[in-house]
Amino acid sequence: MDLNRFEDTHPAARPGSAVPATAKILISGGFGVGKTTLVGTISEIRPLRTEEPLSDRSVGVDDTRGVSAKTTTTVAMDFGRISFPSDLVLYLFGTPGQERFWFMWDDLAVGAVGAVIMADTRRVADCFASIDYFEQNGIPFVIAVNCFDDAPRFEPDDIRIALSLAPEVPIVLCDARERDSVKKVLVSLVRYVMTRHSRRNQATLA
Amino acid sequence: MTSHDGYGDRWFDREAGPVVRPYALTKGRTLPSGGATFGLIDVVIATSERPPAHFRPGPEHRRILNMCRRPTPIVDLTSEIDLPLGVVRVLLGDLTSEGMLRVLSTQKQPVTDQRLLRMVLDGLESL
Repeated sequence: MDLNRFEDTHPAARPGSAVPATAKILISGGFGVGKTTLVGTISEIRPLRTEEPLSDRSVGVDDTRGVSAKTTTTVAMDFGRISFPSDLVLYLFGTPGQERFWFMWDDLAVGAVGAVIMADTRRVADCFASIDYFEQNGIPFVIAVNCFDDAPRFEPDDIRIALSLAPEVPIVLCDARERDSVKKVLVSLVRYVMTRHSRRNQATLA
Repeated sequence: MTSHDGYGDRWFDREAGPVVRPYALTKGRTLPSGGATFGLIDVVIATSERPPAHFRPGPEHRRILNMCRRPTPIVDLTSEIDLPLGVVRVLLGDLTSEGMLRVLSTQKQPVTDQRLLRMVLDGLESL
């Protein structure tokens, strides 16, 4: 699809049309950091069936028409859906944590506004894999430090150093159970993405 | 499920989880025809074209067409129809290549559309 056609048919270009504009934000971070809680706090949870290729067991007999003898197992995952009166639907996808689900990240990441990487101050290293992934793929992200009751509190600057983050990456302290707190995290991501783009445009013009 | 599929029982163990054959619906195809790609939040709509003579839509094709009488994001369609995403993509590929379904919008990386970003921001702030 070329760019002009995309502009013509893009729902955002036709306000009031019945074609919903769609956007997605990824929610990432280590196991047990509160991704599911965060998504459930602010959106309607829907089920999605996808499939995991059993690559290490696959027979590997592919023919040229894409007919495959590989076996897959069905994997159930959830996603969040927020429907706005403006004919916009925002989707929240949690990135699956285990290594065997890495293949799904690219699928989830294409066309994402950006990512929220959740961090737990008791186990900061758990979010390194997410940070690497989004940095390498040029996907903007914010860090949401989920403030568990028994977790030590740190200043955002300490967290920035611990995660070796660029100075412009927003760090937001949050409580994934609180709607207003989650809203603040998502708003900070979208604002960050918007300023990033406008900064880039200015850099191009200059 | 029987094991008369040429693979025997060696696929089944505790780690494997439920092994299903979702691609029976696609006659074994795992990729959409014509190299089409369907993003999770791309929006599709049925064109109301009649099927060409050589193409006989299956029950799942018809279910998809039915659900796509209104513009529908693929992820909602997949969730609703309760088939695995890969299977839905193959079926969508059949329908688009036969002109019975059209992709209305597609997302690219990175998202730079300021109008869309503004819509998302306004929406979130109104929550």
